[in-house]
Amino acid sequence: MTLATGINRLATLQDEPPAAIPGGPADPVLIVDHLTMRFGGLTAVNDLSFKVGRGDITALIGPNGAGKTTVFNCITGFYKPSEGMIRLVQKGGETYLLERLPGHDVNRLARVARTFQNIRLFPRMTVLENLLVAMHKPLMRASGFSILGILGLPAYRSAEKAGIEKAAAWLDRIGLTARADDAAGDLPYGDQRRLEIARAMCTDPVLLCLDEPAAGLNPRESSELNTLLRLIRDEYDTSVLLIEHDMSVVMQISDRIVVLDYGIKIADGTPDDIRTDTRVIAAYLGVDDEEVAAVEAEVGLTGTQA
Amino acid sequence: MATGSTTPIAATARAEASPLPGLIKDAGLFALVTLGLCVPIVSYRTDLGQGIGLVITTRWGTVLALCAAIFVLRLVQQLYLTGRARRRAARAPVVEGASRLAAILAPITLVIALTLPLLATLLTGSLGEGRYWIDLGILILTYVMLGWGLNIVVGLAGLLDLGYVAFYAVGAYSYALLSTVFGLSFWICLPLAGLFAAAFGVLLGFPVLRLRGDYLAIVTLAFGEIIRLVLINWTDFSGGAAGISSIPRVSFFGLPFTAGENGFAATFGLSFNAMHRLVFLYYLILVLALVTNLVTLRMRRLPLGRAWEALREDEIACRSLGIDTTITKLTAFALGAMFAGFAGSFFAVRQAFVSPESFNFLESAIILAIVVLGGMGSQIGVAIAAIVMIGGPELLRNLGFLKAVFGEGFDPNEYRLLLFGLAMVAMMVFRPRGLISERTPSVTIAERGR
Ligand SMILES: Nc1ncnc2c1ncn2[C@@H]1O[C@H](COP(=O)(O)OP(=O)(O)OP(=O)(O)O)[C@@H](O)[C@H]1O
Ligand SMILES: [Mg+2]
Repeated sequence: MTLATGINRLATLQDEPPAAIPGGPADPVLIVDHLTMRFGGLTAVNDLSFKVGRGDITALIGPNGAGKTTVFNCITGFYKPSEGMIRLVQKGGETYLLERLPGHDVNRLARVARTFQNIRLFPRMTVLENLLVAMHKPLMRASGFSILGILGLPAYRSAEKAGIEKAAAWLDRIGLTARADDAAGDLPYGDQRRLEIARAMCTDPVLLCLDEPAAGLNPRESSELNTLLRLIRDEYDTSVLLIEHDMSVVMQISDRIVVLDYGIKIADGTPDDIRTDTRVIAAYLGVDDEEVAAVEAEVGLTGTQA
Repeated sequence: MATGSTTPIAATARAEASPLPGLIKDAGLFALVTLGLCVPIVSYRTDLGQGIGLVITTRWGTVLALCAAIFVLRLVQQLYLTGRARRRAARAPVVEGASRLAAILAPITLVIALTLPLLATLLTGSLGEGRYWIDLGILILTYVMLGWGLNIVVGLAGLLDLGYVAFYAVGAYSYALLSTVFGLSFWICLPLAGLFAAAFGVLLGFPVLRLRGDYLAIVTLAFGEIIRLVLINWTDFSGGAAGISSIPRVSFFGLPFTAGENGFAATFGLSFNAMHRLVFLYYLILVLALVTNLVTLRMRRLPLGRAWEALREDEIACRSLGIDTTITKLTAFALGAMFAGFAGSFFAVRQAFVSPESFNFLESAIILAIVVLGGMGSQIGVAIAAIVMIGGPELLRNLGFLKAVFGEGFDPNEYRLLLFGLAMVAMMVFRPRGLISERTPSVTIAERGR
C-alpha cells in the first residue's frame, strides 16, 4: 500500500501550471503533449498534442484506423505511450501524469472514466449491480475494506443504500429503471450503451472518455444520447472527450473537435472551423484515395504516413 | 422480445409442416456421399491370385448395405433430433422451476444437517449404531466446506485453481505440527491454520495472479504438487511419507472427551460415551461450513465480493472502473485458502493422523468437480453436488447384489472414478452450467425504499 502511495505521489505534480497553447482552451482538464505510440514498426499515434477544455465536450474524429482508440488507451492507462506526456488537471490545480499511473489508478485517483468501442458490461450481473461495481471506491471505504461490512455494521448499510439511491437516479435518467434487476447482457444494444455511460458516470469522473457511443444506434436513440451528453456536461463537473463517426452527433454537441488521420493531428478547432477545413474534408469526408493524395500534396502534407 | 419468441415458433411450424420429405432428402444425400466414398475404398478388393498377379473382387453388395445403413442411421438421428428440439421448445420455462427448487431444497438440507445425529440415533436404534451415518455426515460436510471455499475462488472470482488441496494440506500440517511440537490446543491452532493457509495463498498469488485462465490453472496445479512433494521429502519437518501420527484430539473448549473425572461427560453429568466426541466433531464441521457459507453470502453483498464477480465477467472493464485487479484477486485467493486451512486443521484433529497421501491431485479434482457440478457460484448447488459426489460412492458399498450379476470378484467401489466420469459427461450434456445455474442478484432495486 505504502509503495503504491509513494508512486502516486511521484506522479502528482502540484506546481507547474500548464502553459497555454495559443488557440487552445483556456482552462484545460486534459493536456496531451507530444504523444507517440508505436506498435513494432507501426506508428499508430504520431506526436499528437491537444487539450480538452474543462466543462467542454471535445470530439476526437478521424477515419478508421486513425489511432483514436489508441489515444484513449494511452489516456486511460491501458497502453504505456512510447513518448509524450498526458496531464490531467483537477479543479484545485492538482495534476496527475496519467502515463505514469498504474491502470486502475487512472480512474481511482485521477478520476478519468471511459467506455469501450465494443461494449464491456458485466453481462451476467444485473443492471443495478453493474452500477454498484462502479462505486467500488466509496463503498469499499464504507465497508471498512470488508472487515466492518462482514460484521454487518450499520455504517456500510447506509452507504450501500445511498449507493443504490444514486444508481436508481442514473437508471431514471437513462430510462432503465424497469430493467434494474435484469442481467445487463440481456439488454438491447442501445440500452447497453447508455448503461455503460451511466456506469462510467457512477465513478464521479472529472473526464469522461466515450469511444463511439453512438455506434449502432438508431436516429431516435442517437438524439437521446445527445441529450444525455449535454446533461452530463451541464449538470456535473465532468468534461467529455468522445470519439465519434456520426457527424450529426459530433457537429451538434461538440464545443471543440480534434481531427486525426494516420495518427497525426490534421485539425483542431470549433465545429465551424472543422467544417470548412480542406484537409479534414480531404481526409475524412469521403473522398477517394487519389483525390486525398492530390489535396494532401496541395497543402504540403506528403510522406508523413507510417 | 416479440421477434425473439416468434422465430423459434415459425421454425417449428415449418418443420412440422413437412418433416419427412426433407429428412428423406437429407438422408439420401448422406447415402450418396457414402456411395461416393465407398466406390474407391470398399467396392474393389484385391486378393492374391494363384500366380503372381492380384485378382480384383467386386463387392457391390457391401457398398449397397453400407449406404442403406447410413441412410437409415441418419434418418433415425434426424427424427430423434427434431423430436428433441420440439420437446425442448415446449418446456422452455423450466429454468424458473430450478431456482424455486433450490429455494425449497436449501432449508430442508439445513434441517437435516442440523438434526443428523438425532436422526441417525432414532433410525438405527442407538447412538453407537448411528456412527456410520455421522461419520459420513462429517465427510460430506468437510467437502461441502471445501467446495464453498473453492467456490469463492473459482465460482465468484473466476480464477481456475487446480491446486486448492495445497491449502488444505497447509491447514492440516499447521495443526499437526503446532500441536505435536508446541503442544498448542486445537482452538488456538484453528485460527492459526487459517492464517497460515491464507498467507500461502497470498504468497502463491502475488506472482501468478497476473496469469490468465489456462496458465493460472497450470501454475496452481504445480503448486499443489510442490507442497505435496515437499511434505514427502522434507522428512525432518513433516515426517515424510509416514506422516504425523498421534495428533491430540479435540476437546470441548478445554474439556477432554474422556471417561475421567474432568472429562466432558462427568462435568455435564452424563454417562461417558465415546460417541460424544464424534457428535461434537460433526457439529464443529457443520458450524465451520456454515460460517464459510455465511461469509461468502455476506461477501457477495459487499463491494469486494461484487468486484470478484465483476472480475470474473470482465477484467478490463474492472480496471477502467478503478478496481485494483491484483489486490482483488489476492483477497479472493486468500479467503478461499483460509477456509481450506480451517478445513485442513479439522481434518487433522478428526483423523489424529496426517500424511501427504491425503492431499493428492485427485482431492483437488474432486473439490473442483463439486464446484463445477454445483453451478459455479450457487451455494446450495455446491452443497448438493458434494452430497452426490461424496455420498453417492458410499451407495456403491451397498450394492452387494451386483456381485450376483458380475461374479464374486466384483467390487463396485473400484468403479467409483468411472462413475464420476460418466456423471461429469452426463452433466456437461444435460446441464452444462451446473445443477443450479441461475445467479441470484446480490441486490435488487426493491431495496431502494427499505
Ligand atoms: N495493440 C495493438 N497492437 C498492434 N497494433 C495496434 C494495436 N492497437 C491498435 N493498433 C493499430 O493502430 C492503428 C490505430 O488503431 P485504432 O484502434 O486506434 O484506430 P481507431 O481510430 O480507433 O479506428 P476505428 O475508427 O476503426 O475504431 C491501427 O492500424 C491498428 O491496427
Ligand atoms: Mg476505435
